[in-house]
Amino acid sequence: MKALIKVTLKNGVLDPQGKAIEGALAGLGVGGVESVRQGKLFEIALAETDAGKAKEQVERMCRGLLANMVIENYSYEISE
Amino acid sequence: MRASVIVFPGSNCDRDIKVALEAVLGGKVNMVWHGEAEVPASDVIVLPGGFSYGDYLRCGAMAAQAPIMRDVIAKAKAGTPVLGICNGFQVLTETQLLPGVLMRNASLKFVCRDVHLKVEQTDTPFSRAYTKGQVVRMPIAHHDGNYFTDADTLARLEGEGRVVFRYVDAKGERTAAANPNGALADIAGICSENRRIVGLMPHPERLYEPMLGGIDGRGMIESLLAAA
Repeated sequence: MKALIKVTLKNGVLDPQGKAIEGALAGLGVGGVESVRQGKLFEIALAETDAGKAKEQVERMCRGLLANMVIENYSYEISE
Repeated sequence: MRASVIVFPGSNCDRDIKVALEAVLGGKVNMVWHGEAEVPASDVIVLPGGFSYGDYLRCGAMAAQAPIMRDVIAKAKAGTPVLGICNGFQVLTETQLLPGVLMRNASLKFVCRDVHLKVEQTDTPFSRAYTKGQVVRMPIAHHDGNYFTDADTLARLEGEGRVVFRYVDAKGERTAAANPNGALADIAGICSENRRIVGLMPHPERLYEPMLGGIDGRGMIESLLAAA
């Protein structure tokens, strides 16, 4: 199965890298960018074939390593 | 005194702390590779500075999952004093032995300069040799030293007197200019509930003998000798 996992900063957490990107987009001449927050995307191929077990594995990966629960949220899609 | 320093792939301040520990404590220091299952019996364990795992994913995130950390955590919970310096502090927060997180410096710059710290707590194994309120100078060199935690945890840290080191100017005043990385409440270093685990971003091992330009950091190691 495949898991597509997104890790993003919680609202209210300072994101200076997002701000820097926002500035650079303005420099590109793209107007109307009101804010930028930067996150991470993980593509994980799992040997597991049972959807329920795959979900458990992904939850453990997110909470245990991929996301720092102090400052980040995670979401995911699992597919065949 | 038996000291152990944990070495991760990418740690680069392990030899500096080893040399400082040997000079101040006397005796040999165990260098313990991250892949080992156990830390030798130790009176102190140090997680050194550096770029473990290249800072990939998050600083200290993967080091926190290294095989040796199971035993480091067990020994820490059993009361062995543990010191996390810079990347070591990041590893301690990722293992949740210390609360909070070290984020990218607010300026986005890697900051490499001396800072001044106020020693606010002198009842930890790493700060007994200082006097309460003493202002010391130590070098920092980091890109991700911006300490952050939620309001409840901050209130608990302050209420329980667990902020050990705070960024101040040379006169001991908290100012924006004195904070090199945007850290919440100017926090440079904190301790655990049992007060035996300390993490800080500055590098005491870089200022422990006169040849290095100062000895303000030496007290952190001498404190182990004074430990009750």
